[in-house]
Amino acid sequence: MASLDDLKKRISSVKSTQKITKAMKMVAAAKLRRAQESAEKGRPYSDKMNNIILNLSNGISDIENAPKLLSGTGEDKVHLCVVMTSDRGLCGGFNTNIIKKAKQYFQKVLDEGKTLKIITVGTKGYDQLKRLYGDNIIERISFKDSKNVNYFDADKVGKIVIEKFEKKEFDVCAIFYNQFKNVITQIPQEQQIIPLKTSEKEENSSEDNYEFEPEEDEILSNLLPKNISTQIFKAMLENSASEQGSRMSAMDNATRNAGEMVDKLTIEYNRSRQAAITKELIEIISGAESL
Amino acid sequence: MSEEYSVEIVNPEKSFLSKNDVTEVVVPAFEGEIGILKDHISIISFLKPGIIKIFSKSGQESFYVNDGIIEFKDNNLSILTSLILNLKDIDKQKISEIQKSAEEELNKSDINDQEKYLLDQKLEVLKSIN
Repeated sequence: MASLDDLKKRISSVKSTQKITKAMKMVAAAKLRRAQESAEKGRPYSDKMNNIILNLSNGISDIENAPKLLSGTGEDKVHLCVVMTSDRGLCGGFNTNIIKKAKQYFQKVLDEGKTLKIITVGTKGYDQLKRLYGDNIIERISFKDSKNVNYFDADKVGKIVIEKFEKKEFDVCAIFYNQFKNVITQIPQEQQIIPLKTSEKEENSSEDNYEFEPEEDEILSNLLPKNISTQIFKAMLENSASEQGSRMSAMDNATRNAGEMVDKLTIEYNRSRQAAITKELIEIISGAESL
Repeated sequence: MSEEYSVEIVNPEKSFLSKNDVTEVVVPAFEGEIGILKDHISIISFLKPGIIKIFSKSGQESFYVNDGIIEFKDNNLSILTSLILNLKDIDKQKISEIQKSAEEELNKSDINDQEKYLLDQKLEVLKSIN
């Protein structure tokens, strides 16, 4: 059994760990609020963008000549995956969940005999993927230095993706990120951005006749690259909110566990202290009796 | 009948401006400026770098935009843009910064004609407000 001194040391070390996790939880809570706000503020832009693209793609009569970003290259050989993770750890299952989701997809792609290319955004994703898929990673991006999620970072990623698409380096592009549902739940998402999937077509099939200036095709070919950046930006916003949420609940759990541990150790400490006293008493009494 | 309609400007970070008493908006569309009055036909167009002018009951406001898309429908004008600055409280330094990066871009050899045209436009506008 550990001595009284050891127990004392352990109690105080657990207590200071608890202080740290508690502070981290509070920082995450404050950041979460901000991240959530900016995620909400960013929604109108991506929604409107989506709407316009839907209207435009409905207006396109000639599918054959539609921009490649919309219709795809017509092939399905090379898959590019953009895996978005955080730059910092200690956020529970946040990164692991994205990686798990991504790995399933990778496995599927590889099983079908297709080529896989990976871009990692955020250092944690790279760390977790480099061992198994090191050869597939063609680019790693990190925005450790930018304080907040901003559009220009997203635009950089978008431009890289588009550049590679124009060089015909891949046929299909999917992004992986965590969608923020609430503090406890984040859902890992897989979203295909090239070719664009217009899933909500019926919902918004407006009969309006728009006037286009210049032509539809030209607008579309200008708009689609922007849409990619917008989608990535949206993913980044969702991701940062999720990261903070995940960290908050992880740190909350850690604080609670530390509390339980302190309780347990304190009881153990008190018991062994009592045992020592009792032992001493017995020794004294039996010593007195033997006289 | 009133002559007013509503306009909303959004950039990726937030909803930048929302007004419902505008009478006319002039936007720098790709093929020339368009003035939009109430009951304009539904239109989608994209913007080149330039100045957006908004006329409303409360006065006139001007904004610099880098690029963007506009959609007008049912007397609602939506302007989506990645960079927008109010000319009233504009930062000279920021303008010079944008100007400088545009000049650098322009000096690159691998740009196509359309990009060149857009950058020329951008510099012209920036010079005029600086």
